[in-house]
Amino acid sequence: MSKNFTLDGKVISFKDGQTIMDAALTAGVYIPHLCHNPKFIPHGSCKLCIVNVNGRNMTSCTMPAGNGMVIENNTSALNDDRKALVQMLFVEGNHTCPSCEASGNCKLQATAYYLEMLSPHYTHFYPPRTVDASHPDIFLDLNRCILCELCVRASRDVDGKNIFKISGRGIGSHLVVNAESGKLGDTNFAVTDKAARVCPTGAILIKRRGYKTPIGHRIYDHKKINEIQAESDHE
Amino acid sequence: MSEDRKIKLATCSLAGCFGCHMSLLDIDEKLFPLLKKVEFDRTPFTDIKKCGSCDIGIVEGGVSNVENVHVLKEFRKHCKVLVAMGACAITGGVPSLRNNIDLWDCFQEIYLYEGGLEGSQIPNDPELPLPLDKVYPVYEVVKIDYFLPGCPPSADTIWKFLTDLIAGREPKLSYEMLHYD
Repeated sequence: MSKNFTLDGKVISFKDGQTIMDAALTAGVYIPHLCHNPKFIPHGSCKLCIVNVNGRNMTSCTMPAGNGMVIENNTSALNDDRKALVQMLFVEGNHTCPSCEASGNCKLQATAYYLEMLSPHYTHFYPPRTVDASHPDIFLDLNRCILCELCVRASRDVDGKNIFKISGRGIGSHLVVNAESGKLGDTNFAVTDKAARVCPTGAILIKRRGYKTPIGHRIYDHKKINEIQAESDHE
Repeated sequence: MSEDRKIKLATCSLAGCFGCHMSLLDIDEKLFPLLKKVEFDRTPFTDIKKCGSCDIGIVEGGVSNVENVHVLKEFRKHCKVLVAMGACAITGGVPSLRNNIDLWDCFQEIYLYEGGLEGSQIPNDPELPLPLDKVYPVYEVVKIDYFLPGCPPSADTIWKFLTDLIAGREPKLSYEMLHYD
């Protein structure tokens, strides 16, 4: 007998071992997320995929699906919480969309559009962060890093290189590069690596591609992130 | 709002590029129906220097210097509804890229190290407003009632926003109108 749960009233079936997010992605239902990518081990850090399971809020990317669960996802209360989380991500970094090459292709921005964020609301930190342009083919702009660890996971689990890591704790957390100099140019990071193409923002950018696709013709310029998810094969 | 009285509208550009104002002018012939409902008070279009009592104030640009603070506070004081228009007003935008560069280093780079006028010096005429340590979004200085994102918001977006606001509706932008770039 197949197992299933209800998500916003819709019956969704799942297999043993699947998370709520896995089952939702398979069923083509969008749950907002930034640190999750089905190709990698769930991280559960961005908290955008929070859903209400039988009355309790849980991250759907880490919570195993259970038979008979009653789950709320697309509610105004949860979306308000998600918007506040996205607003905090915006003020914690330096996300100047008009000067960012990722604008229009950025999942942070697309999620903010989806949640109808009109302003970052909170006081900006304007944290001092660096840009590492030492690599011949790739920029690393830490102003835009949201600590999702997708590059960490991709480099470690797919590329087998272990180039990135999060160092520090709490507000002091930051992305570091596995080289004595700390510079990306002193690693064997390659433009063909999965880690070079997994960043949800513009923190890792491939050089010499700037504005190849003009603003206005980019992934999320005309379609919402949930529509793009529905069209793509689970990213 | 009574039918016979025109809505008073003021606009200003603080630390912005005037791109949002250009986009406002880009509503083209819709300026005629707009002017039937709206009377401009202080704006760069009228060149009125002081903001009178207004129904709507629209602010472009972030807060980069002391004069920006004064103008913004004047707008807040005299406008019933204050709107932050464009990326700079809402996040600091491109001018805020200076926020992690020490102000003194900035000045030296611009006025001392680069060749320019004879006898390079940092301008210090008392008429020049003093710069702030950072560029701030307007909502971190005064209360803002509505946000109109975009760099700049398109003419259609501004038109939709304004017509909603003037008609007394809560402004609602479609997905394609909501942009940060």
